[in-house]
Amino acid sequence: MSSNLINEYFRESKLPHIWCPGCSHGIVTRAIAKAIDELGLDKDKVTIVSGIGCSSRAPGYMDFNTLHTTHGRALAFATGVKLANPELDVIVITGDGDASAIGGNHLIHAARRNIDITTIVFNNNIYGMTGGQYSPTTPTGALGTTAPHGNIDKPFDIAQLAAAAGATYAARSTAYHTTQLIKYIKKGIQNKGFSLVEAASICPTYYGRKNKSGSPVKMMEHLKNNFVDVKIIDKLPEEKKAGKELMGEFKDITAPEYTAEYLKLIDRLKGAAK
Amino acid sequence: MNTKDQLDLKINKEWCKGCNICVSFCPTNVLALDHNEKIEIVNIDACTKCGLCELRCPDFAIWLGGKDNE
Ligand SMILES: Cc1ncc(C[n+]2csc(CCOP(=O)(O)OP(=O)(O)O)c2C)c(N)n1
Ligand code: SF4
Ligand code: SF4
Ligand code: SF4
Repeated sequence: MSSNLINEYFRESKLPHIWCPGCSHGIVTRAIAKAIDELGLDKDKVTIVSGIGCSSRAPGYMDFNTLHTTHGRALAFATGVKLANPELDVIVITGDGDASAIGGNHLIHAARRNIDITTIVFNNNIYGMTGGQYSPTTPTGALGTTAPHGNIDKPFDIAQLAAAAGATYAARSTAYHTTQLIKYIKKGIQNKGFSLVEAASICPTYYGRKNKSGSPVKMMEHLKNNFVDVKIIDKLPEEKKAGKELMGEFKDITAPEYTAEYLKLIDRLKGAAK
Repeated sequence: MNTKDQLDLKINKEWCKGCNICVSFCPTNVLALDHNEKIEIVNIDACTKCGLCELRCPDFAIWLGGKDNE
């Protein structure tokens, strides 16, 4: 028994999913299906590509054209899919490790090319699948199985990284702020170019347990209280800004898109050959 | 589109993992966990059909369904 949304866009025979109790990956996955539903996309024209990780298991549950590839390489596969079939809506589902550690170069170059792919990063600040190793988005000082005395690295801001690398749409919401998340995913899919939507997420099992963050509810409350929209942060008094993280839209511009430019090039060369 | 009157709060205990997220963030305290730590509707009269539980349930175990669609 399930809702119409789950019925329509999920492979129900594969449910319930294997994610841990309170893992926010299910919230973000549902948000993606909801965004697709609200846009009224033809589900046979949607392709969802993932790498490896707990988050990357999402497409296995989703009833679209789906591709579960290798760790960090989802964007490489997605680039091939999009170039060969520009009419498809290509969506990449990736974790913070998948996207910004092993897959970091694919990410910045897909952004630089402004290829029309929408990347959704499930950022739980840790490697969930392999047991809680720190990732490029683990906050300084936080604990992981590979940082038992506290992480000394500085974290990436993936949305801003993508924006700086050339993405034409970049935004961040959280698993708590689901309505904004759905809105940003819709705008990302509609943008003709590379879009990145980061979903600040919770991994109660590894990040939560290691860092004594408390129950899934406590971790959701942290998302609720800690993220402030970039549009209003400047209006806050200094003491309220301390320790806050930014959410909202960081970039929304128009620029030449890669597959369109590629097709133009083919047309030009064909014209010259005549 | 269903109007609010046509919506009905539904649960699927088999998929519920007892995370307590929907219970804690329901604005009108409609929900609770039962003795098996599975979702239970305890005060349906207070439900405003806002849909927040459905948006935030990680396990697709609670939703606003149409009264006549199952
Ligand atoms: C080439 C390669 N290196 C390492 C791994 C092991 N591995 C699997 S998932 C993963 C990290 C997952 O973290 P993330 O992408 O943040 O996703 P999460 O599980 O937290 O959702 C790693 C290192 C692998 N599968 N393949
Ligand atoms: S290990 Fe973490 S990321 Fe993986 S399913 Fe469990 S809570 Fe989610
Ligand atoms: S629809 Fe809203 S009011 Fe009703 S149970 Fe869900 S969260 Fe509570
Ligand atoms: S949010 Fe979903 S899984 Fe969690 S307690 Fe509520 S119904 Fe169960």
